[in-house]
Amino acid sequence: MPEIEVVEDIMSVNDRLAAQMQSQMNAAGVLSLNIMASPGGGKTSITRRTIEALKDDLRIGYMDGDVVEIDAQHIAKLGVPTTLINTGGDCHLDANKVSLALPRMDLSALDLLVIENVGNLICPAAWKIGAHVNVVIASVPEGSDKPYKYPAMFRGAHVLILNKIDLLPYIDFDLDYFRHGVEVLNPGVEFFPVSAKTGEGFDVWIDWLCAQVETKKAAVSS
Amino acid sequence: MHEMGITQSLLNIALDHAQRANATRINGLTIVVGELSSVVDDSVQFYWDFISQGTIAEKATLNFKRIPAAARCTDCGHTAPLDRETYACPACGSGSLAIVAGEEFFLESIDVDLAASSPAPEQKETSHA
Repeated sequence: MPEIEVVEDIMSVNDRLAAQMQSQMNAAGVLSLNIMASPGGGKTSITRRTIEALKDDLRIGYMDGDVVEIDAQHIAKLGVPTTLINTGGDCHLDANKVSLALPRMDLSALDLLVIENVGNLICPAAWKIGAHVNVVIASVPEGSDKPYKYPAMFRGAHVLILNKIDLLPYIDFDLDYFRHGVEVLNPGVEFFPVSAKTGEGFDVWIDWLCAQVETKKAAVSS
Repeated sequence: MHEMGITQSLLNIALDHAQRANATRINGLTIVVGELSSVVDDSVQFYWDFISQGTIAEKATLNFKRIPAAARCTDCGHTAPLDRETYACPACGSGSLAIVAGEEFFLESIDVDLAASSPAPEQKETSHA
């Protein structure tokens, strides 16, 4: 029986759609973030603090991949446009789901689009959704072995935020072991230790993010 | 459980290539899966049996080629399977590693029956004829 050589990336259809959406956002000068973490890692808390810090200076939109509107309602109270990407219980966002919700966002009225993925350290890593920056949030109570257990997630991160650092004195979290795991998988990844509760570390993260937004905008006007 | 969507993509790609080759049946697929890609063979097989029904790929065999994660030590140059607990070089103990294998995830080939009139793909025998 004949064998036909294929050698095609199984994610290629998804990736092409993701690339199209990214071009659309590039044209509009919008920087987009794909926020990923375990359930309870602090996706919404960090998003909320980030939006609070920037909403007077930047035009921000928020898309939430979830089954209920609880997080979206919290963020809507901050006065930014929000939309729910109903995942119907799926474990991740994919390019198709995001592309169905994206027309509900007026990209011409935004500088920054925050897309909150489903709480899960495995599945979202495989699916591109068109975002420019993959923000992976790990948190101190989850333990320092996460980069060893979920390598794909940490390998695909552009930014790694370590949340809940206010708990470091109370929890056996080996920061060196954690950072070593990250460094092997993703050398030189941007790393921001923060506490969404106390606000510690946010200045550095916010400054970095602002610089990225400016770069994205400048690329359109030039 | 992201394998459902992945399996659907796999089926679409296989059917697309089969159609282009004028195949009447897909007997098998060879899928290359790296250890770090977090895809579970059994789940793909489970969804495959379900979603391939009624297509020319129904009952096709899924062959998984597993690629272990490997890393090269940037200090001593030794390449070895990645120690998943330490991420350290087994030869010199260094922690300066670069991942060199284990992220693969693609459909390598499909094994098909061709329509009697269609030309066989280059240099491949048509033993069923």
